[in-house]
Amino acid sequence: MSSWWRSVDPAPKDPILGVTEAFLADSSPNKVNVGVGAYRDDNGKPVVLECVREAERRIAGNLNMEYLPMGGSVKMVEETLKLSYGEKSEFIRDKRIAAVQSLSGTGACRLFADFQKRFHPDSQIHIPVPTWANHHNIWRDAQVPQRTFHYYHPESRGLDFAGLMDDIKNAPNGSFFLLHACAHNPTGVDPSEEQWREISHQFKAKGHFPFFDMAYQGFASGDPERDAKSIRIFLEDGHLVGIAQSYAKNMGLYGQRVGCLSVLCEDEKQAMAVKSQLQLLARPMYSNPPVHGALIVSTILSDPGLKKLWLKEVKVMADRIIGMRTALRENLEKMGSPLSWEHITNQIGMFCYSGLAPEQVDRLTSEFHIYLTRNGRISMAGVTTGNIGYLANAIHEVTKSA
Amino acid sequence: MSASPTSGFHADSVFAHIDRAPEDPILGVTVAYNKDPSPIKLNLGVGAYRTEEGKPLVLNVVRQAEQQLVNDRSRVKEYLPIVGLADFNKLSAKLILGADSPAVQENRVTTVQCLSGTGSLRVGGEFLARHYHQRTIYIPLPTWGNHPKVFTLAGLSVKTYRYYDPATRGLNFQGLLEDLGSAPSGAIVLLHACAHNPTGVDPTIQQWEQIRQLMRSKSLLPFFDSAYQGFASGSLDADAQPVRMFVADGGECLVAQSYAKNMGLYGERVGALSIVCKTADVASRVESQLKLVIRPMYSNPPIHGASIVATILKDRDMYNEWTIELKAMADRIISMRQKLFDALRARGTPGDWSHIIKQIGMFTFTGLNSEQVAFMTKEYHIYMTSDGRISMAGLSSKTVPHLADAIHAAVTRVV
Repeated sequence: MSSWWRSVDPAPKDPILGVTEAFLADSSPNKVNVGVGAYRDDNGKPVVLECVREAERRIAGNLNMEYLPMGGSVKMVEETLKLSYGEKSEFIRDKRIAAVQSLSGTGACRLFADFQKRFHPDSQIHIPVPTWANHHNIWRDAQVPQRTFHYYHPESRGLDFAGLMDDIKNAPNGSFFLLHACAHNPTGVDPSEEQWREISHQFKAKGHFPFFDMAYQGFASGDPERDAKSIRIFLEDGHLVGIAQSYAKNMGLYGQRVGCLSVLCEDEKQAMAVKSQLQLLARPMYSNPPVHGALIVSTILSDPGLKKLWLKEVKVMADRIIGMRTALRENLEKMGSPLSWEHITNQIGMFCYSGLAPEQVDRLTSEFHIYLTRNGRISMAGVTTGNIGYLANAIHEVTKSA
Repeated sequence: MSASPTSGFHADSVFAHIDRAPEDPILGVTVAYNKDPSPIKLNLGVGAYRTEEGKPLVLNVVRQAEQQLVNDRSRVKEYLPIVGLADFNKLSAKLILGADSPAVQENRVTTVQCLSGTGSLRVGGEFLARHYHQRTIYIPLPTWGNHPKVFTLAGLSVKTYRYYDPATRGLNFQGLLEDLGSAPSGAIVLLHACAHNPTGVDPTIQQWEQIRQLMRSKSLLPFFDSAYQGFASGSLDADAQPVRMFVADGGECLVAQSYAKNMGLYGERVGALSIVCKTADVASRVESQLKLVIRPMYSNPPIHGASIVATILKDRDMYNEWTIELKAMADRIISMRQKLFDALRARGTPGDWSHIIKQIGMFTFTGLNSEQVAFMTKEYHIYMTSDGRISMAGLSSKTVPHLADAIHAAVTRVV
């Protein structure tokens, strides 16, 4: 008898994770990995935050490992909502937010997509161009059809604000939109505060649903309150938002898979109904979410000393990245590059959309052993004082005759 | 309701039409139990192990592993690969299939770390819905309440096969053979590897052999749910026998493993899905497609629990200590069965209660009906699922008499 799986094709490799695989296989001593978006310190090493180490010390050996409720750790969710909605948010006070612990940002987006499909089966999701590649996979697997909207402006390497506003206006009333709250992935291009206000205003006129993916709160500017500004503007304007939050980057908890999905409702009763339905979707997917990462988060955020330490450490990470942006731009300008590199410091967060063409990226890899995704996205977290000169030189080499 | 006095706008919720979902029937039992102020209340609902003192248990060997991990400053928290921790996957496959399994040695098995048993079943189900030629899965009647939902949301259609015989409180073997015999060729069949949930009724080895022959003759695809390996009889190898029998005949199958109960890692969500294929090449392609199911669901699995399991499984001393602690849990449950049976006999409770000691694993299907269950909850503060299932893990020598009284009262006063 032959296999039932004869006809199974090999799946294409994940474009982002494939970069790291190639990097690891390279034996060159000069190799540089500016591919995947995980923070590195100035020695190029992964970082476990001190506040996390301390939280883990306190947790280990003290608590049991019983199932969390389907909605996850109540304490962790409470603290997480304070970060997104504001410490003194009336929505928290009035219990208007339906919120569940999720499997990091991915899990939050997927739960929302499944929820959207179940309760608005005819709706579509409007996704910015470009966006994190997995967004497309998530809504596709949830069977929600996708449309795109203009976002990145290649000529200016900034925001295509006119195109964005047009698409918002032209979408049918009551459309669902995916917005990156801050530090847009992969471009690093964020609307200004003024632009966010205009976007919010237009959303009101059209009755659109804003779903925010906030994977970098604190990591963008160094200040979590500031990074949540877009969401706060929408809340002030009366929108009933949905939010996916992740602690992968800003608490360095990547592999722990800790996040939160929240949906702001009209009142407490509605919030309870929505939460119960989110749980109905989680139960046949994984029953209840993992406890360890949630314990780390709630331990840190509910202890004033640890929370203060966390805020400090987040700022250190954000500042290092901002410093590398400045240095990379200066290096390129010093080399007499004919191109403008303003966008490196205009953009924000972990990623820089360099503007390099795929052929130039290929040269960076084959000639200089520098690894990044072919869309020209550079993970600034992989840039260090040790490799910045080499990196700037390589970029200059492949672009100087552009 | 608008936040800003000048905005004059407040959105109506696009989810205003949503109804409150019903409580989960199993997890809802604990919710009700928690609300009860009675000092004699007893929670025999959810299947989580309790000590003689009624407390949750973290195994010593798990604590040890955790300390090791915490003290190792070289450990980082980076993303795992989509398929999870490699060591964990290899060791999990060996645990269920056997260290000397030819399927493992020939690289014919792909194993991916998933979110406990539930996650493994869901990922397996979604893979089948996309790549398998038959979209129907047969599940036993009864089965764990979450099974139908997992497979339906995965995109499969769910049918049942006869399993439990209320008259004997044992296996309806004839009905099982008939139903599987009339299933369409190639249909998927969910099998509880051991310690059937909720009934505690398992086929004998001879019966398993007949099931295997029947299934292979009809090309039915076995999908094992192994949530209690080691927990049922106390022996990891004995509890894995049914799975190994199927793999030994060279055929293909799926196995969902959970470490929730046998390592007490419940909330850490540690499990694995293994797909045993005909060839290594097929296994490799299958793995690549499993990644496409996982990436848009949660990207990659949580690292903590899997690291604990790998630490224990790869250390000879820790592994041995684990088997001892596991056997102690299984033995305590077996002794609770005996005590309950003896207590009912001592009270002269009408009926044949021998199924309590014949059934195996965490649960006993008492045979009590939902009215009797409601009576026991109301009058005796006993919390259990309305199908009459009790978690033996929730019993202790101290509380057995109370339960026996309750059952006796229910059987004699409520029909």
